Amino acid sequence: MARLEVLKTYKIYIGGAFPRTESGRYYTPKNTKGEALGNVCLSSRKDVRNAVVAARKAFGGWSERAAFNRGQILYRIGEMLEGRKAQFVEELQLQGATTAKAEKEVNAAIDRLVYYAGWCDKVSQVSGSVNPVASSHFNFSVNEPTGVVGILADQSTSLIGLVSQIAPVIAGGSTCVCIASEDLPLCAITFAEVLNSSDVPGGVVNILTGSPDEMMKPMATHMDVNAIVYAGKDATMLNSIQEFAVENLKRVRNYPQDWMDSGAQGLHYITDLMELKTTWHPIENIGGATSSY
Amino acid sequence: MNFTEAFLRSIPIFVGINYQSMAKKKGSATYSIPDFSQSPRIDKVGVEERVSRFQKRSIKNEAKMQGLRMALNMIDLTTLEGKDTPGKVKQMCFKAAHLHDVHPGLPTVAAVCVYPSMVATAKKEVEGTGIKVASVSTAFPSGQAPLEVKLIDTKFAVDAGADEIDMVISRGRFLSGEYNFVFDEIATIKEACGKARLKVILETGELVTLDNVRRASDIAMYAGADFIKTSTGKIQPAATMQVTYTMLEAIRDFKLKTGIQVGMKPAGGISNSKLALHNLVMVNEVLGSDWLSNEWFRFGASSLANDVLMQIMKLETGVYQSSDYFSID
Amino acid sequence: MAKKNEKINWEYAPAPESTGHINLKEQYDLFIDGKWVKPNSGKYFESTNPANKKKLASVAHANEKDVDKAVKAARKAYDNVWSKMAPSERAKYIYRIARLMQERAREFAVIESLDAGKVIRESRDVDVPLACNHFFYYAGWADKLEYAFPNREVSSLGVAGQIIPWNFPLLMAAWKIAPALATGNTVVLKPAETTSLTALKLAEIIEESGLPAGVVNIVTGYGDTGAAIVNHKDVDKIAFTGSTAVGKIIQKAIAGTHKKATLELGGKSANIILEDAPLDQAVEGIVNGIFFNQGHVCCAGSRLFVQESVADQVIEKLKHRMNSLIVGDPMDKNTDVGAINSKEQLDVINSYLKIGQAEGAIMYQADCSVPSSGYYCRPTLFTGVAQSSRIVQEEIFGPVLTIQTFRTVDEVIQKANNTPYGLAAGVWTDKGSRIFNLTTKLRAGVVWANTYNKFDPTSPFGGYKESGFGREGGLHGLEAYVKFN
Repeated sequence: MARLEVLKTYKIYIGGAFPRTESGRYYTPKNTKGEALGNVCLSSRKDVRNAVVAARKAFGGWSERAAFNRGQILYRIGEMLEGRKAQFVEELQLQGATTAKAEKEVNAAIDRLVYYAGWCDKVSQVSGSVNPVASSHFNFSVNEPTGVVGILADQSTSLIGLVSQIAPVIAGGSTCVCIASEDLPLCAITFAEVLNSSDVPGGVVNILTGSPDEMMKPMATHMDVNAIVYAGKDATMLNSIQEFAVENLKRVRNYPQDWMDSGAQGLHYITDLMELKTTWHPIENIGGATSSY
Repeated sequence: MNFTEAFLRSIPIFVGINYQSMAKKKGSATYSIPDFSQSPRIDKVGVEERVSRFQKRSIKNEAKMQGLRMALNMIDLTTLEGKDTPGKVKQMCFKAAHLHDVHPGLPTVAAVCVYPSMVATAKKEVEGTGIKVASVSTAFPSGQAPLEVKLIDTKFAVDAGADEIDMVISRGRFLSGEYNFVFDEIATIKEACGKARLKVILETGELVTLDNVRRASDIAMYAGADFIKTSTGKIQPAATMQVTYTMLEAIRDFKLKTGIQVGMKPAGGISNSKLALHNLVMVNEVLGSDWLSNEWFRFGASSLANDVLMQIMKLETGVYQSSDYFSID
Repeated sequence: MAKKNEKINWEYAPAPESTGHINLKEQYDLFIDGKWVKPNSGKYFESTNPANKKKLASVAHANEKDVDKAVKAARKAYDNVWSKMAPSERAKYIYRIARLMQERAREFAVIESLDAGKVIRESRDVDVPLACNHFFYYAGWADKLEYAFPNREVSSLGVAGQIIPWNFPLLMAAWKIAPALATGNTVVLKPAETTSLTALKLAEIIEESGLPAGVVNIVTGYGDTGAAIVNHKDVDKIAFTGSTAVGKIIQKAIAGTHKKATLELGGKSANIILEDAPLDQAVEGIVNGIFFNQGHVCCAGSRLFVQESVADQVIEKLKHRMNSLIVGDPMDKNTDVGAINSKEQLDVINSYLKIGQAEGAIMYQADCSVPSSGYYCRPTLFTGVAQSSRIVQEEIFGPVLTIQTFRTVDEVIQKANNTPYGLAAGVWTDKGSRIFNLTTKLRAGVVWANTYNKFDPTSPFGGYKESGFGREGGLHGLEAYVKFN
């Protein structure tokens, strides 16, 4: 007699734990063949709230980690993803991709993580500056993480969009709350499991499944969210996000990219979610050798 | 002094106890001697910015005349040369009392400043003018002599009639971190001064940093200085505005802590009216009008007087002046 | 026999900067398409000297039609001339403007002080030189943009609409115009209604420089004029410096449009004095932080935090220093604190003084005389305040300082960051490792360590959180005016 398969329960990822949605709601997305993908959490605005709290709590520690250490962790995520490649390929297939396409997407996601892992300890060197002010001061500018970032992930891909949006945010030292693709949510939750086994501190990345339309507002109006990344092309959605964002002047970034494109990565995806800090300090001119003394 | 006493005095708190009677004599409450290694820190760039504000003050008309007359009255007219003779000193003393007699009503300088060997001559020359005689001492300018020699040097000047003693600190010892040695030396000389007022020369050009200037100022004041003075005039740089400002802040803090007022004497390099006025602006704004008299503020200078006189005559007559019309003594 | 000793109370005689040799017209029109044109409405308003309430000149009030004309001129100049010009030629025009400004620096300084009430020492030594230098700095970038954005191809945006405040009128105009021109954009700029004159003088220089017509247009007016710029469909970029409230209105207005924005908004910056700081210089930094430009500074160090062990000493020194400040005629070279920019602003400041007292805070004002006519406010400090006091939370934009004490570094970092703003901060300590601990943890765009209120064209300026976004100045200031291809 054939063995009965154990089915996977898809939960959400908040503060390093895998709770069900507090609302108790679920939805059942289907693939193009009409096959059910599973019962997935239909997260609520309270899940958004909880996730933002977790992200804020994690921000201090994550932002103060050495950039080198963040790079190590991002590379570790890549390693773990490589190790579970087959599972992602399978999920992508279930969600409608061909084997070749699925493999290509997983490979691209791994490579993207490795790419951003390498950026962590180079951002300041490339994007910062020492500014030659005319007065007797040492003056330099460096990028600093912006805080808690809300991510509305690419709806047209299950993995590569999500990874391409999360990686630069955490590489720069911010933490995030990510709303996964509504129709293709499986890889998002499995990716959370990868994160959870990759030394990423709990709360640095939080992943919710459900309706972006429903969760956009609580996220974009949330006074403790510092920036929103929106990957879609929907002008109405973007307009609403921008209007909601005004109340605490969230930085809003819109990336209507094809994330499978090898050019859909770069330093600016990191610095877009960073602030620039300029520091001044006097330079003393000691001794009697100068005319001013 | 025996070994035990020397040992105790090498500990800051005991140094203080030995000399507190002196502080009381000034009519103040007793105070404890601070740890001079903890003197306030000075940020030089900040000092430069502050000083540039004084230099940007625009002093015009009657305020300028007032300032110039004040400056004149605060000068310690100085000759400190190896080739000084009674003849030279006599001439300078005459000038001190007769700055520019074609213009009546001018003040005199505050004092003449000479070597100990010239004190008797100077004292005789300025008699009845109200002009004080100041003498450098303590193996001026280097201070590289034993304490015994410094004491004899000082007593000689005081006995010859010096009203004021300008001593030098031991910069070498200071830079070696022997703050207690420097403190004791000043306190000992102070005792030897008797009624003469003691000006302590820090020789800031050799102390180099403003942190050191501040620390040396504190040591001198707590050890009993009546005045602190920047320089001997033999070392460059001398009385820069930055150094004088740092010392003025030290004087203010000392007054706040102990209630004792200490005078200030920038010396060396203040050769024209503009610099003198900048210095007066600085005293006025940092310490206030209580210090705006020659009892509490002096300029140590030799060529300043004539430049101030020329400026005063320019203000009076509206015509630019020539040095040919102002006596050099 | 001369008097032996003259002890005096030395008061400086008046030393007024001469207002001769400046050229101010009775009436100013709008500068559109290289010409001076009358406003469509025919309306003018008065620009007055806040130090004596006297009228300086009449200034045109631009309406929507004037703004439309200006935007069209800017678009035409962009399409036909400016975007096609070799960058090295663009640079030379900007250099030329910088030089002409330098030549007329004194005139700019005098007019700025007359119009804004700021002291002549500051307009002469800070505002005008910095404005000239800003043009010099960005002129050199025009033909080097490929070095600013490695690996990315950039192009200009088009027409930039720029709205500037009244606290640093000429300097803000320079901050806006110089990088916009260097990156190849054309400009419609609106100065604040109380301080239009130096922007109009700048227009005269631009005219004299031979800059192609329409590349820079100056439209004067009130908030409605600014709104017309923000809402104009053919504007590609909005750069605004001003209050957070207006910044939010602008951001809302341009939501859903293609317009790129930089906002440089309010602040309530912390200035932190640790016990090992060089205290006398720190006191100077406190004074410079809050009384510079009458406290009309978005990055003013308006929240002072002093470590408890030195609090009494610092406050005593600060009061002494405040009493040595000369408050009065902005045109006197010895004045340290000038006139409040307008009656409206003075009313705001006075209302906060009342609020502070009503909240139970202890007010101390400098012991100085102020002129009886004109708008003046004595340098003021409040002790006995808490994080929850309104005067600690809200931007006053005047010479009003609140003082809080703290015990530990962690405590002060927490309190300093406990605000929706994040523009600037100051840290005073002698210990290098402590400086970096604090400067790293303070959530602010500019951090001054052992100094305060320093500015330079090479140094990026701008805020975190509700203090705005985008940077002005330096290499990073270019990004606001380009798009990536």
